[in-house]
Amino acid sequence: MLSDFSLVLIFAIISALFIFGALFAGRFLRPSDPNTVKSETYECGEKAVGPAWIGFNIRFYLIALIFVIFDVEAALIFPVAAVFKKWIAAGQGLVALAEILVFIAVLVLGLVYVWVKGDLEWVKKFAQEHRNTGT
Amino acid sequence: MDISLAIFFVISAVTLVACGIVAFSKNMIYSAFALLGVFAGVLGLYILLSADFVAIVQLVIYIGGILVLILFAVMLTTRIDMASGERRLVNKAMEPLAAFFGIAILGALIWKSFFSTHWTVSRVFYGPTTAAIGEKLLNEYLLPFEIISLLLILGLVGAMVLGRREVK
Repeated sequence: MLSDFSLVLIFAIISALFIFGALFAGRFLRPSDPNTVKSETYECGEKAVGPAWIGFNIRFYLIALIFVIFDVEAALIFPVAAVFKKWIAAGQGLVALAEILVFIAVLVLGLVYVWVKGDLEWVKKFAQEHRNTGT
Repeated sequence: MDISLAIFFVISAVTLVACGIVAFSKNMIYSAFALLGVFAGVLGLYILLSADFVAIVQLVIYIGGILVLILFAVMLTTRIDMASGERRLVNKAMEPLAAFFGIAILGALIWKSFFSTHWTVSRVFYGPTTAAIGEKLLNEYLLPFEIISLLLILGLVGAMVLGRREVK
């Protein structure tokens, strides 16, 4: 097992070396000729206005939060999936299935809750709100 | 020197340096990105402890989920780089109380695990642990396993109720 992970470590080291080596080599190879226009922040050819820190839509955060919840759920299902075949061979497949179904059913309730309450909506709700307020 | 011992020291050094950046960086966004180094270093330590399932969970949940969440929180907060660190408390007594209970619980946990751990390891066994964890979850720890789903749904609904008020 450890040798498998040492392979991962070697990959990580090589990829890190690749990135930093390329940046390091580029530092010496590229010509350096800055001027004021060149040093400006590039914003798709537009003139950059205002600070870079603007208030993004908080929905990004809510979606990420929902993702983390179901991420934990998926991580906990993995060990059960790893032994599921063994339980079927032992004739207890239905027991294991029932146990994992109870676990998933509770979380499906959570999914239904956020779905019904419209937390997964992105643009539609905003359009409706604008229509309701008449703007 | 044993090669895995050398790797252990390198990973520990990387983790500690990243922890230092998280704690002492003046810029919030640097702290958030340095968390990646902390999580990745802890992942390496889990692997060296022969806890492969916990290591992968660390990758999937902490690096793939929590870190993204923290980055979103930092980036979504307007002018977080100018935050003075001052805070208004609704109840002044809550601060020392919370600190006391935090230290008490954490201290008791560290105390207990410190004295219940067998520090001398005779033989390190490296092997896959996922199936063994699955057996435990379906047999011995079935009730905690099902309660986890309740805990997750509580967290989900609570976060949505609190977050929705901000959106409106």
